[in-house]
Amino acid sequence: MTRLPSFRAIFIWAALGAALVLPIAVAVTSPLLAWRQPVYIVAGLAGVVALALLLLQPLLAAGYLPGLRARHGRRAHALIGSGLAAAVGIHVAGLWLTSPPDVIDALLFRSPTPFSAWGVIAMWAVFAAALLAALRRRLRIRQRVWRLIHTTLAMVVVLGSVIHALLIEGTMGTLSKAALCVLVVAAVVKAIFDTRSQILPARRKA
Amino acid sequence: MNSAPQTRRTLLMAGGSAAGVVLATGVSALFAPARAQGLAPTPTMQGGANNYLPGASVVERIGRGGFWMTGTVRRAGDGAPLQGVRIQIWAHTTEGHERDPESHGATLTDADGVFRMEMPQIVPAFGQPHGHLAYDADFDDKRFETVFLRPVMRSARETNLSAHFVLRPA
Repeated sequence: MTRLPSFRAIFIWAALGAALVLPIAVAVTSPLLAWRQPVYIVAGLAGVVALALLLLQPLLAAGYLPGLRARHGRRAHALIGSGLAAAVGIHVAGLWLTSPPDVIDALLFRSPTPFSAWGVIAMWAVFAAALLAALRRRLRIRQRVWRLIHTTLAMVVVLGSVIHALLIEGTMGTLSKAALCVLVVAAVVKAIFDTRSQILPARRKA
Repeated sequence: MNSAPQTRRTLLMAGGSAAGVVLATGVSALFAPARAQGLAPTPTMQGGANNYLPGASVVERIGRGGFWMTGTVRRAGDGAPLQGVRIQIWAHTTEGHERDPESHGATLTDADGVFRMEMPQIVPAFGQPHGHLAYDADFDDKRFETVFLRPVMRSARETNLSAHFVLRPA
């Protein structure tokens, strides 16, 4: 038997949709795109999409989204995580094709732009988090330890990505970019706080 | 070193030369013995050489113009203006990408060591509205050491940008 979604569920999904679509829509209509080649445009937008997908991850992991709780939420989290890693891959590969020396500088942490290092740190953390997820069964580490490492990496991804995005003067709108960054940080903080009993080592009662 | 409200980038870019001028002309007259080194050479900036095109030809203007890149070239130590020094300029503009050959052009300094190049409007690329300038020793009989600069515009709306070279004799 299928139940009709509640008004609350509809509102949450509509608000989330707006939070994801609005910054992307602003970036897609940026005047800067007129002076960029297709590869550079795709590379930049892949970064914007990655930032938007980042908002979904803590919401799915903590089971906040109506219809995608618990097991379904974790499946979606894994799927979006793969998409996130792919978007970061497209972002970096596209920038490399556009201007190889600038990307090499960034990867070697010798770029003149401070946001590059934050982006590269976030990139390695997102790849590591994805790899850790892919190898979860084979690694045979305790669930709690796995969660602690995965969550720590996720925090590095969020911090690195948000600083990276905020320092960049690019296609994203100043306001919609700041709003998305605030939402991403708020979501990850709330998710970690709410699931802390599953992440942190069990505390004995005093 | 400089009390004027400047961004760190401008300070890094012009710091060596601007502060050097103050030292060389104003303060140094009073404290000459404390200034044995004289005007310090401009160091190459990180990423300055990216997408450089060795030997880009001297042009009257890059593309259709509308934006001005200006600056000075002086000798380290005594700060003497250097005439006829070839400076290459390139950037991501409204007319082309940094890697496009048409985005590159060189110009020569006048008797006062000043260069002025009209070029298309610089637009933000790779996260910052910035330009590139080069003094390449290989195209100047190795008279001075090579220097690459990468100045950043304070705002993408500005229609000019300047960068200053103080070259160390090779």
